[in-house]
Amino acid sequence: MRPDDPKLKKLEPPRLTFGDRMYLPQIAAGLLLTAKHMAGVAFGNKAITVQYPEEQHVPSPNYRGVHRLNKDDQGRVKCVACMLCATACPAHCIDIVGTTAPDTWPDREKYPASFVIDELRCIYCGMCEEACPVDAIELTGLYDLTGLTREQMIFDKTKLLSVYDATRDAEPMRYTAPPPKTAATEALPSPIS
Amino acid sequence: MPWELIGTLVKILLVVNIAMGVVAYLIYIERKVAAYAQDRIGPNRAGSPIVPFGLLQPIADGAKMLLKEDVIPGYVSRPVYILAPLIAIVAAIIGFAVVPFGPVGPDQWMNFQIAPNVNIGILYVFAVGSLAVYGVILAGWASNNKYAFLGGLRSSAQLISYEIPLGMSILGMVLIAGSMDLSTIINWQSRHTWGIVVQPLGFLLFLVSGFAETNRLPFDLPESEQELVGGFHTEYSAMKFGMFFLGEYLHVITVSYLIAILFLGGWHIPFLTSPEQTWWPTSLLKMVILMSKVMAMILIIMWVRWTLPRFRYDQLMDLAWKSMIPLSIVNLVATSGIVQLIYSAS
Ligand code: SF4
Ligand code: SF4
Repeated sequence: MRPDDPKLKKLEPPRLTFGDRMYLPQIAAGLLLTAKHMAGVAFGNKAITVQYPEEQHVPSPNYRGVHRLNKDDQGRVKCVACMLCATACPAHCIDIVGTTAPDTWPDREKYPASFVIDELRCIYCGMCEEACPVDAIELTGLYDLTGLTREQMIFDKTKLLSVYDATRDAEPMRYTAPPPKTAATEALPSPIS
Repeated sequence: MPWELIGTLVKILLVVNIAMGVVAYLIYIERKVAAYAQDRIGPNRAGSPIVPFGLLQPIADGAKMLLKEDVIPGYVSRPVYILAPLIAIVAAIIGFAVVPFGPVGPDQWMNFQIAPNVNIGILYVFAVGSLAVYGVILAGWASNNKYAFLGGLRSSAQLISYEIPLGMSILGMVLIAGSMDLSTIINWQSRHTWGIVVQPLGFLLFLVSGFAETNRLPFDLPESEQELVGGFHTEYSAMKFGMFFLGEYLHVITVSYLIAILFLGGWHIPFLTSPEQTWWPTSLLKMVILMSKVMAMILIIMWVRWTLPRFRYDQLMDLAWKSMIPLSIVNLVATSGIVQLIYSAS
C-alpha cells in the first residue's frame, strides 16, 4: 500500500480542548472517579477481589496449571514414551527416559522409566498436551503450586501420577470418557463447576 | 534552665517516636487507600479478634524489614553506602524541630514545639529538607551501579528543581504575615483570613512542588522500580531501604504540616479559636484541629497518588522550569506589590 493510497484511513487523535490542556479539570475528574471507587469499597461493599484462602478461585475449564500424567483403566501410566511432548516443548523442560514395555503390556512397545517436568521452567503453554498422541499428559486446573526449594518443583513420574489421582474426579480426562462416577466421588463437591 | 532542657529532650523523644509510629500506620493507611481506589480490600490479615482490620500490619511490616537479609553488595563504597539512608532519615526528622504542633507562647507552661520561637522557622525547614538530596545522590553514587547512579542524578535534579518553586511559593505568605516564624504566620491567619484565600496561586504551587519534593505521584520517578530500572535505592535492601521509605513518609508529614500551617490556618477554625486563648484545654483542642488538618492533607496526597499517572521526565522538568518557576515569580512580584501598597497606605 502506497502512502497516498485513497483507501488509507488517517486517524488523528482528538484535539485537546482548552480545558484539557489546562490539566486541572481532567485532574479533578480523575480524582472524582477514584473517590467514587473508594466510597464504593468503603461503604458499598463493592470490592471485586476474591479473599483467597477462604474463597477459592475457580479457574476456567481451559486453564493451564500443573501437569498430570494420566493413567489408563488398569492404573498404568498412559504414556508410550514417544517423546513428542518433549520435542514440542518450547521450554525444554520435559525429560523422558523411555524403556521397553514389559511383556504383560501387549498394547505398546515402550513406556517411560522416568518422566520429569521442571515446573519452574515450564511456561504452561500446553504444547505438550497438544502433541501427545495418547492424551497421556494434561494440564490441570491446579494453580496454587508452591514449594520450599527448587528441587521440590521438579516433578517426577510418581508426583505427576499422583496429580492425576488428586484431580481425576474433579477433572475428567479431556479427550476420553470420564471415569465412572461412584457414590463416593458423587458426594464430593467439585471445584470445577 | 535544666527543666527546659529535660522538657526539650522529652519532646524530642515523643515527637520522634510518635512520628515513627504514625509513619508505620500511614503506610498501612496508604495501602488501604490504594486498595479501595482499585476496588480491593487491602491488608486485612495481620490482626486478631481484638485488633480487627489487619491493624497489626505495620508491626508485621516492621518485623519483616528488620528480619530480612540485609545485602550489602561487594562493589559498593561501604561507608557512604551505609551513611546515605541515615542522611535521608535524619534530614527528614530534624525538620520537625520547629513545627508547632500546637500553640506556642512565652506565657504558657507548655510549648507544643521542640524549639519554640525560632524566628526563621520556615528557612530552617527548607534548609534541612533540602539535605535529603544528599541522601539520594550519595546512595546513587555509593551503589557503584550505573542505573542507581543515573537514578540518583535524576532524582536529585528533580528535587533541586522543585525546591525553587517550593521556596518561592511560600514567600508570598511570609511577606503578608511579615514573619518567618510559623506560629506568627498562624496567628496572622487567625486574625485575618486563611492563607489559601489570600494566596490561592501560592497554595497551588506549593502543593504541586510539595508532591514533587516528597517523590509522590505524579512525580515519583525516583522510585519507579519497574519502569525505570529503579532509582537511587536499587541496591538497598531490608531496613536500609526501609529508612529511605520512612524518610519519604516523614517528608510527606512535614509538607502536610507546612500546607496546614501556611495555607489552611494552622490550628485556627473561624469563630472557634483565637490567638488569645492560652488555657491548656484550648491548646489541646488547637492541637487536635491542626492534627486533623494535617491528616486530611495526607489523605489528599494519597488520594492523588492513586489517581494520577506518572509524568515523563522531560514533562516533569518542563513543568518545573517553564510553568511553576515563572508562575511563582509572578505570584511573588504581585504579592510584594500589593503588600507594599497596603503598608504605605496605612
Ligand atoms: S506446558 Fe509447554 S512449556 Fe510446559 S511442559 Fe508443556 S510444552 Fe513444555
Ligand atoms: S506424554 Fe504423550 S507425547 Fe509425551 S512421551 Fe508420553 S505419550 Fe509421548
